Amino acid sequence: MQERLKELQQEAIQKVEQSSSLKELNDIRVAYLGKKGPITEVLRGMGKLSPEERPVIGALANEVREAIGATIEAKQKALEEKAVLEKLASESIDVTLPGRPVKVGNHHPLTKIIEEIEDLFIGMGYEIAEGPEVEQDYYNFEALNLPKGHPARDMQDSFYITEEILMRTHTSPVQARTMEKHKGKGPIKIICPGKVYRRDNDDATHSHQFMQIEGLVVGENIRMSDLKGTLEVFAKKMFGQDREIRLRPSFFPFTEPSVEMDISCKMCNGHGCNVCKQTGWIEILGAGMVHPNVLEMAGYDSKKYTGFAFGMGPERIAMLKYGIDDIRHFYTNDVRFLKQFSKTE
Amino acid sequence: MFVSYKWLQEYVDLTGVSAAELAEKITKSGIEVEGVEILNEGIKGVVVGHVLEREQHPNADKLSKCLVDIGEGEPVQIICGAPNVAQGQKVAVAKVGAVLPGNFKIKKAKLRGEESHGMICSLQELGIEGKIVPKEYSEGIFVFPNSAEVGADALELLNRDDEVLELGLTPNRADCLSMLGVAYEVAAILGRKVKLPETSLEPSSEKASDYVKVMVEAVEDNPLYVAKIIKNVKIGPSPLWMQTRLMSAGIRPHNNVVDITNYILLEYGQPLHAFDYDRLGSNEILVRRAKEGEKLVTLDDVERTLTSDHLVITNGKEPVALAGVMGGANSEVTDDTTMVLLEAAYFNGATVRKASKDHGLRSEASARFEKGVDPNRVRAAGDRAAYLMAKYAGGEVLEGGVEFDALTVEPSVVSVTLEKINRVLGTNLEMKDVKEIFDRLQFAVKIEGDMITVTVPTRRWDIKIEEDIIEEVARLYGYDNIPKTLPIGSATPGKLSDYQKRRRIVRQYLEGAGLYQAVTYSLTSEEKASQFAIEKRDTIRLAMPMSEERSVLRLSILPQLLEVLKYNSARQNDSMAVYETGNVFLANGHDVLPEEKEHLAAAITGLWHNHSWQGEKKPVDFFVLKGVLEGLFSKLGLTDRVTYVKAQIDGLHPGRTAEIQLDGEKIGFIGQLHPSVQKDLDLKDTYVFELTLKTVLEAETESLQYEAIPRYPSITRDIALVVNKETESRTLWEIITKAGTPLLKEAYVFDLYEGDKMEEGKKSIAFSLKYVDPERTLTDEEVTKVHERVLEALKEQAGAVLRG
Repeated sequence: MQERLKELQQEAIQKVEQSSSLKELNDIRVAYLGKKGPITEVLRGMGKLSPEERPVIGALANEVREAIGATIEAKQKALEEKAVLEKLASESIDVTLPGRPVKVGNHHPLTKIIEEIEDLFIGMGYEIAEGPEVEQDYYNFEALNLPKGHPARDMQDSFYITEEILMRTHTSPVQARTMEKHKGKGPIKIICPGKVYRRDNDDATHSHQFMQIEGLVVGENIRMSDLKGTLEVFAKKMFGQDREIRLRPSFFPFTEPSVEMDISCKMCNGHGCNVCKQTGWIEILGAGMVHPNVLEMAGYDSKKYTGFAFGMGPERIAMLKYGIDDIRHFYTNDVRFLKQFSKTE
Repeated sequence: MFVSYKWLQEYVDLTGVSAAELAEKITKSGIEVEGVEILNEGIKGVVVGHVLEREQHPNADKLSKCLVDIGEGEPVQIICGAPNVAQGQKVAVAKVGAVLPGNFKIKKAKLRGEESHGMICSLQELGIEGKIVPKEYSEGIFVFPNSAEVGADALELLNRDDEVLELGLTPNRADCLSMLGVAYEVAAILGRKVKLPETSLEPSSEKASDYVKVMVEAVEDNPLYVAKIIKNVKIGPSPLWMQTRLMSAGIRPHNNVVDITNYILLEYGQPLHAFDYDRLGSNEILVRRAKEGEKLVTLDDVERTLTSDHLVITNGKEPVALAGVMGGANSEVTDDTTMVLLEAAYFNGATVRKASKDHGLRSEASARFEKGVDPNRVRAAGDRAAYLMAKYAGGEVLEGGVEFDALTVEPSVVSVTLEKINRVLGTNLEMKDVKEIFDRLQFAVKIEGDMITVTVPTRRWDIKIEEDIIEEVARLYGYDNIPKTLPIGSATPGKLSDYQKRRRIVRQYLEGAGLYQAVTYSLTSEEKASQFAIEKRDTIRLAMPMSEERSVLRLSILPQLLEVLKYNSARQNDSMAVYETGNVFLANGHDVLPEEKEHLAAAITGLWHNHSWQGEKKPVDFFVLKGVLEGLFSKLGLTDRVTYVKAQIDGLHPGRTAEIQLDGEKIGFIGQLHPSVQKDLDLKDTYVFELTLKTVLEAETESLQYEAIPRYPSITRDIALVVNKETESRTLWEIITKAGTPLLKEAYVFDLYEGDKMEEGKKSIAFSLKYVDPERTLTDEEVTKVHERVLEALKEQAGAVLRG
């Protein structure tokens, strides 16, 4: 009997080890350990044994059961693990395939530039002022020290609608309107972005419609050195800390003294190249101290108040910053152009 | 203005300052030098040669065989193709080994069998623009005066060993439209003195006033007129140095008398005119406005019809010149002229501008009158011209000038305190620094305490007020030397307005939803201007458009966006989603500013979603775009106030268009483009919307308030309703929402069936209803009670029955 049990154990364990599926394993469990299994049968036949032999065989039978049971359990665990691994292996994917695209648009490059400039000046305490694109001759010219008959206001150069009304040729009328609204009291710190219009034929460098951003600061103690400092902060932030700036005297009817600002050319680092026409410098904006006539017309006492103003073209800035060669791209809205400006710098 | 570096040295000492350095200094102190041209750049080996013999080339009709002495060794044989080459001429010879512009190297050559050791040059071949080469040499080689020394450097004789500075003058600095003006500027920059030109003359026994009378009727147009008479002139070429200087400034030499007037124009900035005295037809000059329809044939042989806007110089009866613009052919100086009436006058800029514009005649002279001339330089310029005519045209200058003078010239006197200068500039200048600057400018100053009083010479008529004086100080002190500071004073809050903030949110949202921002033109055609307009108004037309396509202000953005889609679709981008925010312009009547309203428009076409390798493709449809819009209103807190009402709009699909309302007021529309419009634009199915963004962004919204998250479970009941096909989901939703209050928390459509299993004219629409009570757990019975009420209302108000 003892031998029979040992045989059974050996036989069962061998089968367990050879089994390759959970079902087969379960069949083995039922076959050997079930109520109709051979071990149960052995135990049933114990009545024929002597009382001395009975506990010995009983103990052995339990031992055999446990051994078989443990083997089955271990095998089951192994088979289960294998099944999981197989399932995972079958689920493998090509991780290099592209993901499901998320549709995202982006700002027009001009908006990108304008918002960047807005945010920079908001940080310095400026507000954003806006005004009408169709303007009265008064705000567009007269209030800016360009009286009637001034050569700079030729009908040929502006889109007039009637004698008194025209498409604004610059964003400066917003300055005049803002000053008027402040009724001769400071301080004012604004920037004015917006569309402007000139009677130009559209080509690579001209557009009958374009953007402008103007800045205006009026207060009791605004100095030209403040203009210089402000413009430097702007230029370095927009074009990089390593850029140098240079101010040159210039002329605008609404400022005196007037200034043009150049930055050192990024392409050649100021050594001279085609982009900067061999000068090493690139003109970026016009500025100056607000002309006393402009202050007075808006109701400011020019003895007490001074101010500075500056104006620039987002198209030009974008063209320089991104290397765009044709101003018409901004208004054609080719998606192959637009989508290039989604990146955060 | 082109400024010859060599010529400038006549008036101011430029020792130690190269042309390039000078250009940099001028630019930094206020006048932009746009370029410096080196006239002899890339040219070498050109000398004066003497044509000893000239004969016909044996094998070529148009070539000459010349023997030329070039001042070294034996004379050389040169083959020349110029028609005007002749024996005895002094010419410019590019020797063998010479280099001409364009890196053209001169080598020994054989031309039709004859050896040629060099080339006889035209001025064009030496890099001078054809249109300024004297007429007689424009078709052939240039001939030097006989005094030219054989073997001498031809470029030096032609003053090509020079550099020309191109000044970009702003309108206020018209004083630098003259060599003297530039000389004063450069002298101030360098701290050196100005040397004035020679004008002294031999006295004459005859008086000009015996030959001519001057009268001016139009005093405001012409407050000063000076006539000088020069007798016995001999017309001929002007001296070579004068010709070369004219050419360096871009003016073509003609003859001595004309060249002298042009030379003075450049030297003094004062335009002059020379009449042939004998051809004037009278001995009087009368300046007046032209009569309507009066005719004058100008120097360019064009007959001009004049109006009373134009000022003319007459001989008392008929016009002989269009004042300040161009002379008349009838009194032109010719080769036979022996007596010259020289005009030096001060004409009103606006009058000259009108005439030059009306006749399309912009000249060096008219430009100077338009921009202003120094009234104190008129006589000096006349004297200098007379001096040169005596010297270079053999003339005798009669005593005195015959004048009409009603011009009062007073220099500006401007006072400013040192404190103000420093306050405006942010500098710490001392009085001596400021005084030194005005000394350099040669402006007289008087100093009393802190106050400096400057007397500005009339040559700087741009300086009138304190700020002009401060600018002079700033630019000569150097903008580089002004410190960098930031404004001080009361702090201002830097911020966006609520409107601007919301506009940014709209942009970010739409871009996050997959739309690209476009920027298009505000000007469009009459036809497109009012297409898709939300508010119909008269269109606003430009007085002088550049083209019909850009002649009218837009009333809507959408037509431009459709152009964008069309453009891209034609370039293989037929799936696209774009939006634009911008103003439209609503007319308010003549001479009244229009109302400008910011609009938002969007257009989507082609595939909305395309995940190709997984086979997912989703074309755009109405609900894709409506979803975008609903998200936008949700973001702006307006969801509950916006409704969509089926509508008919020109250009849109009649069954797929809705008017969008905010609080019951129309704010825009959404729909599919009409298939015929799609076809015209060559677009696939395209969906669009346009909104009055201004109204949307200005809508008052409630402040954000937290609502407690329900602690008790909700109960959901789904119902499928059979209704008439025309019944809109919104109607059913409103009935459900009203009847289900207050326990009904949410109701939404989750299924729609319109297939053939339905009875004719019916559809099935299924809603999911969620009931919840924030205070307690609802029982089934309670929900059933309300739910029954909802079903009852649906049946009663919409004839909706539960689908069996």
